[in-house]
Amino acid sequence: MTALEDRTEAPAPEVGKARKRKEDARLITGRTTWTDNMVLPGMLHLAVVRSPVAHAKITSVDVSAAADAPGVVAVFTGRDFAEEQGSIPCAWPVTPDMVNPGHPSLAVEEVNHVGEAVAVIVARSKAAAQDAVELVDVDYDPLPVVLDMEEAVAEQPDLCHDHLSSNESFRFVFDAGEAGTGQNTDEAFANAEVVVSRRFVQQRLIPAFMEPRAAVVQPQGDNYTMWSSTQVPHILRLMLAMITGTPEHKLRVIAPDVGGGFGGKLQVTPEEVITLLVARRLGKPVKWTETRSESLMSAHHGRDQIQYVDVAADREGNIKGLKVHILSDMGAYLRLVSPGVPVLGAFMYPGIYKFPAYRFDCQGVFTNKTPTDAYRGAGRPEATFAIERIMDELAVELGMDPLELRRKNWIKAEEFPFTTVAGLEYDSGDYDAATQQALELLGYDELREEQRRRRESDDPVQLGIGFSTFTEMCGLAPSRVLGSLSYGAGGWEHASIRMLPTGKVEVVTGSTPHGQGHETAWSQLVADELGVPFEDVEVLHGDTGISSRGLDTYGSRSLVVGGAAVVSASQKVVAKARKVAAHLLEAGEDDLQFESGSFSVRGTPGTSISIQEIALATFAAHNFPEGMEPSIDADATFDPVNFSFPHGTHICAMEVDTETGFVKIRKYACVDDVGKIVNPLIVEGQVHGGLAQGIAQALYEEAIYDADGNLTTGTFVDYLVPSAADLPHFDTGNTVHEAPGNPIGAKGVGEAGCIASTPAVVNAALDAVRHLGVTDIRMPLTPERVWRAIHSGGDGGDRATAGSNAYGGAQTETTAGVSTEASSLGGDR
Amino acid sequence: MIPAPFEYARPTTVDEALQAIAAGGEDVKVLAGGQSLIPVMRLRLAAPETVVDLGRVAELRGVREDGDALVIGAMTTHSDVLADPLIQQHAPLIAQATETVADRQVRHRGTFGGALVHADPAGDLPAVALALDAEFVIAGPEGRRTVPARDFFVDYLTTAVGEGELLVEVRVPKLDGQWGMRYEKFNRVAQAWSIVAVAAAVRRENGHIAEARVGLTNMGPTPLRAGAVEAALSGAEATPEAIAAAAAHAAEGTEPSSDLNAQADYRQHLATVLTRRAVTAAAGL
Ligand SMILES: Cc1cc2nc3c(=O)[nH]c(=O)nc-3n(C[C@H](O)[C@H](O)[C@H](O)COP(=O)(O)OP(=O)(O)OC[C@H]3O[C@@H](n4cnc5c(N)ncnc54)[C@H](O)[C@@H]3O)c2cc1C
Repeated sequence: MTALEDRTEAPAPEVGKARKRKEDARLITGRTTWTDNMVLPGMLHLAVVRSPVAHAKITSVDVSAAADAPGVVAVFTGRDFAEEQGSIPCAWPVTPDMVNPGHPSLAVEEVNHVGEAVAVIVARSKAAAQDAVELVDVDYDPLPVVLDMEEAVAEQPDLCHDHLSSNESFRFVFDAGEAGTGQNTDEAFANAEVVVSRRFVQQRLIPAFMEPRAAVVQPQGDNYTMWSSTQVPHILRLMLAMITGTPEHKLRVIAPDVGGGFGGKLQVTPEEVITLLVARRLGKPVKWTETRSESLMSAHHGRDQIQYVDVAADREGNIKGLKVHILSDMGAYLRLVSPGVPVLGAFMYPGIYKFPAYRFDCQGVFTNKTPTDAYRGAGRPEATFAIERIMDELAVELGMDPLELRRKNWIKAEEFPFTTVAGLEYDSGDYDAATQQALELLGYDELREEQRRRRESDDPVQLGIGFSTFTEMCGLAPSRVLGSLSYGAGGWEHASIRMLPTGKVEVVTGSTPHGQGHETAWSQLVADELGVPFEDVEVLHGDTGISSRGLDTYGSRSLVVGGAAVVSASQKVVAKARKVAAHLLEAGEDDLQFESGSFSVRGTPGTSISIQEIALATFAAHNFPEGMEPSIDADATFDPVNFSFPHGTHICAMEVDTETGFVKIRKYACVDDVGKIVNPLIVEGQVHGGLAQGIAQALYEEAIYDADGNLTTGTFVDYLVPSAADLPHFDTGNTVHEAPGNPIGAKGVGEAGCIASTPAVVNAALDAVRHLGVTDIRMPLTPERVWRAIHSGGDGGDRATAGSNAYGGAQTETTAGVSTEASSLGGDR
Repeated sequence: MIPAPFEYARPTTVDEALQAIAAGGEDVKVLAGGQSLIPVMRLRLAAPETVVDLGRVAELRGVREDGDALVIGAMTTHSDVLADPLIQQHAPLIAQATETVADRQVRHRGTFGGALVHADPAGDLPAVALALDAEFVIAGPEGRRTVPARDFFVDYLTTAVGEGELLVEVRVPKLDGQWGMRYEKFNRVAQAWSIVAVAAAVRRENGHIAEARVGLTNMGPTPLRAGAVEAALSGAEATPEAIAAAAAHAAEGTEPSSDLNAQADYRQHLATVLTRRAVTAAAGL
C-alpha cells in the first residue's frame, strides 16, 4: 500500500495510439523462431515427390533407387500410409448431399492435379532428400484432364474423379423469397423495365505468403509436438487427431512466428499430415520445408469463379432484383473450408443496396487443378466485385452517373441497423459520409475535368474514375450462425490473463497471429483495462500447450472476437482484484474506484493500492479475503452475436495508354469505416496491404494452367506479385461508427482493402475507355488484354498459356519427382 | 531448391579460368553473377559437372577507354556499369537499359558479360550491344578472337562463345557528338524482364536524321536490328510524322514468341509503338 501522491494527469489511453508494433523488429530481421529455423538433435529431413501429370492412375511406384541413395533413411508412398492417413478434412459440408471424393495426403491409386504428393523421401540432410526425389520412378496411366468449369458442368463431360457421376460437388441456393427475407425474384425480373446481365471471371489466385510452409514434428514417447507455419494451430491439432488417430491430448501444435498466410495457411495440409506420420513411423524428429515452386503449385489457391450476374431495375434507377449464378472451382479436392468460400460470399452480393429480391445459386465444381480454399476476403471479394461492377453496368445502361445510382439505392445512415434482403443485420455506418470524404481526398472534380479534356483531344492516354462503395461481413463468427450454415466448428474466441507476482501481465490469446500485430494491439487493450504500462504486457499465442482453447486467425476476426475476449478477461481480473483491494484497504467494494491501475476509496484520499501490487499480494496470499481462491487470473470466451460490417468508399483514377494497353493508377483514395480504431498505424498497414492484394487481382496476378494441367505461372517470374514500386501512393481516411456487437466497438479491417479495391480499379479502367466501345476487360488487366479490348472488342480474351522464357523457360512441369526432358538436359535451356 | 552436386573451381586469372574449364569435364558452366545460372541450377534445369566461378578474376572487371572505344570487362556488375562516368558520357544507352534490369539486389550481383552471354531474348543488354555495334572479345585455349555483335547472338540462349571459351570484354564504339539515345522498355512490374523493348541511337544533322540504329529486345530468339526502320530513317526529316512512318516497319522480319505476357501479333504492335517513342526521344523531339 502506498500513500496517494499528488496525482499527475492520468496517462493518455493506449487505445487509439499509433504504436509501432512491438513484434516487428524480430519479424523483419528474421531473428526469430520461423519453423524452418528449428533444429532438433537427430532431426531428419523430408522431400516430397510430386505428380508431374494432372490426372492419371498410378500403375507403379519404384522407390528402390531412391531408397539406396546416399543419406536416405526411408521412402514412403501412399500405399505405405494408406491405412493411417485418412482424408484431409473438409469442415464445411455446405449442403447435406455435398460430394466429397476424399483427399489422401499421399496419393494411392490416382493423382488428380499436378503437384499432388505421391511419395516422401526421408534423409539425413535436406540436400540428400532432394537429390533422391528424381530417383523415384512412378508410372502414370493418363486420364482425361478436366480444366474448364463450364465444360465440366456441360453435357457428357470428362470426369475429374472417375468414381463420381459428375464434376459437381454441391449446389448451394439461397433464395430470399423462400427464406422470407425478400420478394419473389422471378417476378421482380419479369416486371422489371431494365435487366442487365454480365459474366464475370474471378481468376485463380495464389496466396503467395512470404514464408513458405514448413512443419517439424518431435516425437516424445507417445506424445508428438508439431511446429508448423500455420494460421490455425488449434484447428490443426483437432483435425490431426481426428485424421491420424493420435489422441488429441497426445498432440501439441505450435505455430511459432508465422510469415504471412492470407488464408493460405488456414488449412490442414497433406504435408503436415505426412510429417506427423513419418515422425510417428520412425520415432524420430523430422522437418519438411517447401520450396517456393512447391508452394505455388501445391499450397491451396484462391478465388476462381465464373459469375453470371443479372440485375433488374426501373428506368429511374430504382433497383428491383439481383440474381447470381456462380461456378466455383474447388480444384481436385475439398480442403478445410473450400466449399464454404463461395458460401461466405452468398450473403454479400446485395452489397450496400436495398434490393427487394435476391437469389444466389452456386455450383461447386471439381477440376484437375490445385484445390482452392480461403484467400484474403474469401467469398466477399467475389461478391463485392460482382455487385460493384454490375452497378456500373446498370448505370451505363440507364445513362446515369454511377455514384448517383449507388446513392439512390444504398442504405441511409438513419436506417441502421438494417436487415438486408440476404437476412443480415448491418450494424452501423454512413455510406454518404465516407463517399463525400473520399471524393475530397481524390480531388474528384479536377480529375473529371481532366478526363473530359483528354477525351476531347483524343489523347492517347485516357483517364477513368472507378468506384467501389463496399461493405463486408467479418469477425467470424456467431457460433449459431456458423451452425446454421453447417460449418463444423464455432466462432468464439478465448483469452486468459495471468497476473505475475512482479505485476507484469501475461495475456494468452487463442487467436494466433501471423503478422497482424496482435501482440501490440492486445497490449494496448490490456494496458487500458488494467491500467498497467504497455511494456508490462506480454502476449502469448500459437501454442496449444499454452493457449489451450482457440479458433485462430482468419476472417478479420482477431480484434473483434479475440480482442473482445481479452477485454472481457481483463474486466474479470479487475473484478477479482477489487475484492482483494477492498479487503486490503478495509473498505466496501462499492466504495472503491479503479483508475489508472489503482483502487482507492472514493471520497477518502490518501490510500490506494495498484493492481500490480495486488498481484504480488495474491502471489503471497498471506492476507486474502475469506473464502476467496488466491488468484486474480481470469479467462473469458467471447462469442459474437453478429458479424461486424466495415464499409467504405474506394475511388481509383486510372490512366490507360490506348496505344499499348498499359494501365497505371493515377490516384487512389479510400475512406474506410472500421469502427473504433485501436491502433491507427496497424489499421493503415492492413488497409495498404489489402489494397496491394486487391489491386494485384485487378492488374497483375493470375494462376494459369496449360492444356495439360501444368501450372504455367509456377515461379514469381510469371506469377506477378506487385512490389511497392508498382503501386501508387494511397490516400486513406476513416469515418468511425462503432460496432455495437463487441465491447471494443471495432470492425474487422484485415480484409477490407482487399475486398473493396478490385472493382474500383476495374471500373476505373473501363471508365477510361468505355467511349471507345469497351464494356468489359477480364482480370488481370494485362496490357495485352486492355489493348485487345480496345482494338478488337470483347473482354481481352485468354492469355497464351506458355510461360515467359526467363530462366530458359523454367516452368513447373519441372522436375519435382520425375526425370523430365528438361531435367535431363543438363544445360540451361 | 537445392542444386544437384557439382565440382567448384575459383580461378584468379583468365588463364587459370580457361584451364579450369578445360579440366572440368563434360559439362562446365562459368559462373558470373549467378543471377541466371543459379536459379536454373536450383530448379535443376541445369546440372553442370563443374562450375568455374569468375568472381575472383580481377582483370575481368571495370570500364576503360581505348581510343574510340569503351572496353567493358565481362565481370563488371550492372551497378558498376550504372555508376561509371565513361558509360554515362559515351554510351548512355547502356546506362539507361541497365537501370531497367531487375532490382537493386540483382544489379549488384549480375554482370554485363553474364547478361550478354546468357543471351536471354527478354534480357535488355543484347539489343543494346547490337544497336551500338559492340565487339566481343572471346578467350579460348587457342587465344583471343573478336566477334562483332551481329555474329555474336546465334540463337535462343546461344552465343558465339564456344565450349572451353570465355567472354573477356566488350568493346563499345564511343558515339559522341550529335547522337541521342533512348531505351524504351515495356514490362508489367518494375523488376521484370522486357516484354518488348527498343534501343535507339540517332544522329541528327540539320533537322534531319543522318543515321539511326535500332535494336529490338524479345522480338525473336535473338536480339534484332530493325533494318527497315533504320533505312527509312536515314536521311529522313526529324519530324514526328517521318519517325512514325519509319517506325511502322519495326515488326518486319521479326518472329516473336507467344507467351502469357504477350502473343506474337501484340508484340509486333508494341514494337512499332515503342520504336516510334524511342526514336522520337533519341531524336530529341
Ligand atoms: C529477379 C531477376 C530479374 C531480372 N530481370 C532482368 C531484366 O529485367 N533484364 C535483364 O536484362 N536481365 C534481368 N535479369 C538477369 C540479370 O541481368 C542477370 O544478371 C544476367 O542475365 C546474367 O548475368 P550473371 O552475371 O548473373 O550471369 P550468370 O547467371 O552467372 O551466368 C549466365 C550464363 O552466362 C554464362 N557466362 C557468364 N559469364 C560468362 C563469361 N564471362 N564467359 C562465358 N560465359 C559466361 C554462364 O555460364 C551462364 O550460362 C534478372 C535476374 C533476376 C534474378
